[in-house]
Amino acid sequence: MRGGRIRRWMRRWGAFLAFTGPALLLIAGLIIRPAVETIALSFTDKRGAFVGLRNFAEVLSDPETFNLTGFPPGPPPWGSLVHNAVWILLHLPLTVGLGLLLAVLLERARGATLIQSIIFLGMVTPMIVGGVIVRFLFDENAGILPALMRAIGLTALGRSWTAYPETALLALILGSVWLWTGFSMILYSARLSTIPRDYYEAAAVDGAGPLQQFWYITLPSLRPVTTVIVAMTILWELKIFDLVYTATLGGPGGATMVLALQMYLYAFQALAFPQAAAVATLLTLLTLIVGLWFVRTMRSAE
Amino acid sequence: MGRRGRRLGLNLVAWGAGLIWIIPFVGILMSALRPQSELIHGWWQFSSFTVSWENFLKAWNHPTAPIGQGIRNSLLVVIPSTLLPLFLGAMAAYAFLRVEVPIRDPLFLLIVLLMAVPQQMVAVPLFRLMRDLGLINHYLGLILVHTAWALPWVILFLRNYFSTLPPEIEEAASLYGASRFQIFLRIILPLSLPGLASAAALQLTWAWNDFFMALILIYDPDKLVATQRIPLLRGQYHIDWGTLTAASILTMGVPILVFALLQRYYIRGLIGWTLR
Repeated sequence: MRGGRIRRWMRRWGAFLAFTGPALLLIAGLIIRPAVETIALSFTDKRGAFVGLRNFAEVLSDPETFNLTGFPPGPPPWGSLVHNAVWILLHLPLTVGLGLLLAVLLERARGATLIQSIIFLGMVTPMIVGGVIVRFLFDENAGILPALMRAIGLTALGRSWTAYPETALLALILGSVWLWTGFSMILYSARLSTIPRDYYEAAAVDGAGPLQQFWYITLPSLRPVTTVIVAMTILWELKIFDLVYTATLGGPGGATMVLALQMYLYAFQALAFPQAAAVATLLTLLTLIVGLWFVRTMRSAE
Repeated sequence: MGRRGRRLGLNLVAWGAGLIWIIPFVGILMSALRPQSELIHGWWQFSSFTVSWENFLKAWNHPTAPIGQGIRNSLLVVIPSTLLPLFLGAMAAYAFLRVEVPIRDPLFLLIVLLMAVPQQMVAVPLFRLMRDLGLINHYLGLILVHTAWALPWVILFLRNYFSTLPPEIEEAASLYGASRFQIFLRIILPLSLPGLASAAALQLTWAWNDFFMALILIYDPDKLVATQRIPLLRGQYHIDWGTLTAASILTMGVPILVFALLQRYYIRGLIGWTLR
């Protein structure tokens, strides 16, 4: 009896480890272990002595990370942490709102599949190319937007947006809206197509107009997918790197510096590993808050 | 405004949005396809229109950062970086669904949470590890890193996918004496081909589009992948837009092709794990 139970127990563990072993080993060796090493690194100095929170204090008091002296009437740089926050504040409502609007519009428009594919193209584009396109779009000579601004008399905006601190961050954020809106649009479209038609018919019979139908039927059905979109979008905004790397490399004068790029430049150009580790740990803390919120919301929804 | 007027307005707005979204792509296409002399007043001037492949040839055979070599290198990295996490992730996903051990659920949650971690969090230790293993400038190192970082999503996605398969088939097979691995290989995998296609389409694109991991692991000029060559083509002071946009289009080609060919699977992969 007992021997049978132990044998079953061992067989079950054996099967679990045989199937998950290679994957768990890679995850442990190439994600978890180096991440823990980075945490350890963020608490030490260059020689490896424990310094407590000094690296974090140093990084957070550095104007490259946090500098509100000119905020907001003055132009950036406001520091990478603030730039990431501004990115979220502008990009999140714009992409989520535009994605929803486009999904609702394209439910009824002709040729919707083609328009959908066009808008989704930004999601397929490598972000390193996305950065080239954003730079091209806002270039004084080659770009269509500055030319358009000159044509309507806004000469101040008729120069390369990415070359001036006043406009560079805004140009990158607008470019990232263009690239990312396909994500929320596709997810909203998929959800909209699963709402049963008879809900709307029943509501219409009861005398509900299109706006009321949208408010009482469409919006509540979109709540779970909105959680997914918001979480994934914030994570994307926090991790933004490639786009900035090709478009401006954080410039001009740090006006588009973001946390992920700051970490890379600290580590691989300045060789300031403890400071780089502190920036990385800070960034991961922010992403984990979003991740935990997401997991909790999804679980309570089930 | 009548019903027809509303309909017309809706279509106009939708097509207007499509137009706005495609303009940047048309811009780089025009810049890559036409000779510089035609573009002085902007790519949107069409008083003369000549198609020339010169920019594409220049990008493909560029003296310091040839995109042709980059695309070949990217293919060498991306194909194993798709197959390996797919197979290992499928195996793990199956066990996470079917084999009950006490730590299974918290472990699964931990793996899901790892999806939130930015790659910068491992950059320095990963560089040191690969240097100590002699794997800097070797695709094996990059492939293993891509595999590890793809696994959390692949496991989450495929576990969800496997859970939609009817368990009766597996039960019948085990009555006939099939082992767990045989069931996995002969029944679960063939039944899951659409799910595997979705995971492959997305992972292929993500690995191809990756820049950061290649940036910290590959330095040899001959071994740089395609995305790494784009910033090198930008030039310090003067931007040669013709070459740069042509190189960009060539680099986008593969993920766009994957999307065009596997669109259904691609989109299902993106939404499949969010909606049940």
